Amino acid sequence: MDKEFFRLNDFSCGYGHKFKIEGISFSIHKGQFAGIIGPNGSGKTTLFKGITHELKRLAGDITLNDKNVFSLAYKEKAQNIAIVTQKIEVEDILVCDYVLLGRIPYQSRFTFFESKEDYRLAEKYMKLTDVWRFKDKLMSELSGGEQQLAGIARALTQEPQLLLLDEPTAHLDITHQVQVLNLIQRLNKQLGLTVLMIIHDLNLAGEYCNYLVMMNNGKVHFKGEPHDVLTFNNIEDVYNTVVVTRTNPISGKPVVFLVSEQVLESK
Amino acid sequence: MKNKYIKWLLFLIGFILLAFVVVLYSLWVGEFDISLLSIPDILINKQDSVEYTVITQIRLPRILLGLAVGGALSLAGVLLQGIYRNPLVEPYTLGISGGAALGVSIVIVFGLQQIIGLFMLPLAGFIGAMVTIILVYVLSVKKGRLKMQSMLLIGVMISFISSSGMMFLMAISSSENIHSIIFWIMGSLDEPNMTLIYTTSIISALGLLVSYMFVQPLNALRLGEEKARHLGINTEWAIRLLFIIASLLTGVCVAVAGVIGFVGLVIPHLVRLLVGNDYRIFLIASFVVGGSFIVLSDAIARTVIAPNELPVGVITGIIGGTLFIVVLAKNSFKR
Repeated sequence: MDKEFFRLNDFSCGYGHKFKIEGISFSIHKGQFAGIIGPNGSGKTTLFKGITHELKRLAGDITLNDKNVFSLAYKEKAQNIAIVTQKIEVEDILVCDYVLLGRIPYQSRFTFFESKEDYRLAEKYMKLTDVWRFKDKLMSELSGGEQQLAGIARALTQEPQLLLLDEPTAHLDITHQVQVLNLIQRLNKQLGLTVLMIIHDLNLAGEYCNYLVMMNNGKVHFKGEPHDVLTFNNIEDVYNTVVVTRTNPISGKPVVFLVSEQVLESK
Repeated sequence: MKNKYIKWLLFLIGFILLAFVVVLYSLWVGEFDISLLSIPDILINKQDSVEYTVITQIRLPRILLGLAVGGALSLAGVLLQGIYRNPLVEPYTLGISGGAALGVSIVIVFGLQQIIGLFMLPLAGFIGAMVTIILVYVLSVKKGRLKMQSMLLIGVMISFISSSGMMFLMAISSSENIHSIIFWIMGSLDEPNMTLIYTTSIISALGLLVSYMFVQPLNALRLGEEKARHLGINTEWAIRLLFIIASLLTGVCVAVAGVIGFVGLVIPHLVRLLVGNDYRIFLIASFVVGGSFIVLSDAIARTVIAPNELPVGVITGIIGGTLFIVVLAKNSFKR
């Protein structure tokens, strides 16, 4: 259990001369639900693109199960790490066909027809994510929240060891935010799936994650358990905003309150 | 979920039947009167008749070339629209036809066709096409990565440059030469050389076979390059090879048959509306429909103002464009 399952070691990457993140080190245990938080421009998305290899690695290493991620073959990597991006591309594709694309990492170049196993897995994960009821709709007919669920179903069909999500709750109302995050939490618990997600909302991060990495100016500012990361000191340092932190009376997780300028001035 | 395979099979059978009917029609109609029902009899029993010669020496080669060129052009359109994820891209967008036309114009204006003879024009067209492809490709690679957007722009620019070059050549040459150039550009399936027809057919069929090695990348690319990479596809490599396949197919078609427009743009769209976006059926369906479309257009071009012949490009443009507008308008009303 204590084995470092997914690990970034002094990792750096960036966009040419413009912006880069440097010296990122953290590690996630198997079965952990980890979140990356930080203000806009702190390097969350850059880090995400570095891990998914959209951006060139400048230094350092990333290992999964002690294997260097960058030395894995394309398909082997996709069998181990599944990625759900913030915006699921809207195309004229049926939801079930979209989810079946998740089997590509397991198919050879000359596989022209999906196997029974492919269909079985696609069905299993569509049912698990509650996507099954609109499997015969087009992706473009779904709402943002439903598309996110379909994206997760596709990622699960890749049968990964690690699920990477880029702000899965962006642009969603609280009903869908909670629906998506409850699903991810359930997958994390039931399937033992290790999750790493970027998340903007500090309260959601505190409620759902059991490990947080706080980014600032392209570096890791603080990392650890939500209670240790989401302190008003840390948040005020990184976000330059005055906040009050409390504990959620029901879940016992940290909650962050904002205070308006007028109230602050009158005190 | 699996009934999609049955649907695909039915579509395929339908399209092949359609191709068969079109081929029969094209064998039947023409300047020389041959009754449809007598065709089997002529082919089997009367091998020394005039009819036999007309069918095997004139009409069949044309049909074969039509199937090959139409199939290859629409396949090239499908592949290019797939890798650029842009529905307006067609085989001629990247300047391949312009390059080929410029090559042919140079040969005609400077009277070079006497040097090698019959093969000179297709060869010049092919060389022109290849030079364009290499230029577009080399100019679009930056830091080892293929820049798709600049590739399109460079192709369009090269297209403009070569058409200006061609206009320059036409401005300084005799009216006889201008006539040959225009005649070539308009495109025609009238190709006397059987070797060239066989070569084109083989390349066209090979193009389809090789494209099928890329259905998986093409299907993944429907989600975008980044997401295709997340599914374990080496997009850089797939896009490069698909670009080369599509350009080679276009280059060969243009070299042999001239610039036959509209097929590579309209057929992919029409077929997509019918069978959907899954490349496993999309590739072969476009190939068969594209081939039938050109064979039918050619049959009409040969007969509509007989004994004279219209350029096949006129018919493909009129039928293709009209059909497309009708289908699109109907579809948007339905929604």
